[in-house]
Amino acid sequence: MSFRKIFTPYIHEDKCHSLKFYQGKGGYEQARKALNDWQPDDLIETVKAANLRGRGGAGFPTGVKWGFVPKQSDKPKYLAVNADESEPGTFKDRLIMEKNPHLLLEGIIICCKAVGIHHAYIYIRGEFVFGANRLQNAIDRAYSEGILGENCLGSDFKLDVTVHRGAGAYICGEETGMLTSIEGDRGQPKLKPPFPAVEGLFGCPTVVNNVETLANLPYILEIGAEEYRKIGPENSPGPKLFCVSGHVEKPGVFELPMGVSLRTLIDEHAGGVWKGRKLKAVIPGGSSAHVLTADECDVAMDIESLAAAGTMLGSAGVIVMDETTCMVDALLNIMRFYHHESCGQCTPCREGTGWLEKIAHRIAVGGGRVEDLDLVTEVCDRMVGKTICALADAAAFPAESIVKKFREDFVAAIENGGSPAWVKRHPANTGGAAAHV
Amino acid sequence: MTVTETLAFSDEAMKKYEWLLSRYPTRKAALLPTLRIAESEFGELGVPQMKYVADLMEIPPATVFGVVTFYTHYRRAGVGKYHLQVCSTLSCALRGSGDVVSRVTERLGIGVGETSECGLFTLSKVECLGSCDTAPVIQCNDDYHEGLSLEDVDALIEQLRQEAGKGGA
Repeated sequence: MSFRKIFTPYIHEDKCHSLKFYQGKGGYEQARKALNDWQPDDLIETVKAANLRGRGGAGFPTGVKWGFVPKQSDKPKYLAVNADESEPGTFKDRLIMEKNPHLLLEGIIICCKAVGIHHAYIYIRGEFVFGANRLQNAIDRAYSEGILGENCLGSDFKLDVTVHRGAGAYICGEETGMLTSIEGDRGQPKLKPPFPAVEGLFGCPTVVNNVETLANLPYILEIGAEEYRKIGPENSPGPKLFCVSGHVEKPGVFELPMGVSLRTLIDEHAGGVWKGRKLKAVIPGGSSAHVLTADECDVAMDIESLAAAGTMLGSAGVIVMDETTCMVDALLNIMRFYHHESCGQCTPCREGTGWLEKIAHRIAVGGGRVEDLDLVTEVCDRMVGKTICALADAAAFPAESIVKKFREDFVAAIENGGSPAWVKRHPANTGGAAAHV
Repeated sequence: MTVTETLAFSDEAMKKYEWLLSRYPTRKAALLPTLRIAESEFGELGVPQMKYVADLMEIPPATVFGVVTFYTHYRRAGVGKYHLQVCSTLSCALRGSGDVVSRVTERLGIGVGETSECGLFTLSKVECLGSCDTAPVIQCNDDYHEGLSLEDVDALIEQLRQEAGKGGA
């Protein structure tokens, strides 16, 4: 079977986001079948058999996650759709919400039928004002056409969908941070267990799924689990949105089968490294992933292959850096991000991200010492696995890998009085005078 | 306190607020969206506005303050009419967001975190806006301005100035 795009085939067409357009292409037929013909358990088994794995970053099998939700519950169950999309280098869910919002709603209906959920919250990051309005308009239309509401698509199934806007906090992309934020608090993550499937939103069983994950569901029902598993590698199959940004000729979102080669993605789909320059480094799965050198890019973009290469698919946010990039500056940029976004609950993260930023800063401005390179590793060791959520890990992974794989950039900055950009701006100020800036 | 007493949601805003309450099993869950209503009703979220929301929702003012200050995207008191938020995270930095910040600084004579004397512009550096393929990006209030050249930055500032002039600001 040749590869068929499911998220983006019509994004360049006028009104592709409208209900009429979506239904004209067969939209909501799978949701109708799920509501009227399918038993919930069969839906869960089909998604398990398809081996759909979460597209938000962790890659957890979606059907298995649904299976953790108690079948009998005297509490209501909820779906929290993770549309917080704030991993640096990631901009795929935005495309679905702006161009194909009904695909997401159809996926939501299928998930809710499978798990017995009657209220879904879509947590969309606060900056996506346009996307939130698009979604709200699509939801309003769906209510007025009887797709959502008391009797979804003519069935006896009731489903409400509410858009909940975030307000600017990376940590709310972490599932328990997101739930806390929906509950009206500062978005600080919670200890697991209990897992959200058992005790999530408002203390009730909750499924947390990413936008792109849910958008796969209509297609899985349409072609069946067996055919779906044939797309890409069996261990992480399916169509996938890859985001490519940074130093390439044609940055963008590319819909391809899981398992496409990273090299092909950069060179063919994204037009290659810009300005005829050479490749230096690539972050394959959002800034939380271990960095790859140019020589390490002949790797398949799927969950297993990237794990084997010592990094991760994550959110499939590929950031490309050309030969002129100073990795000290790149590290400083990334560490400033994590330090800013640490929620502050756990000491290893709150302090560790700050230390990493400070170390990167002093190396960049000419106050670094060779011992700082070991210090980075030491700080990272004291962060990974020692906090409530994975933000500390997300900061440590790029830090330790950038310093290890691009050590020469750091040694040069230490010896030359700062990163090349700093030295250019401050030619007279070399030799560590700015160490305490 | 007198300032707080003069603040009140319009009937339309109150309707929106009531609708919000119907969407959640707890009142507190409506806090984030209610702050958005307050933001658009009052133009900014300073202490009096936060106090109003706290009273309305019967939530301790300290909790409301804690929530507002935890997040970066609420419109805090003292921000100019146009809040120029320049994305400065890696993908944008690789494609020149530093030059965009310098250009805004040059044109408006304000540094990062400052507001122009006319009160029109505030410049901020923000973290990843999720628009890395169209870097560099500025979010001005609610709107994204993407794929900016330095000339585009000039044009945007000019356009905003004219817009403000028309509005009698």
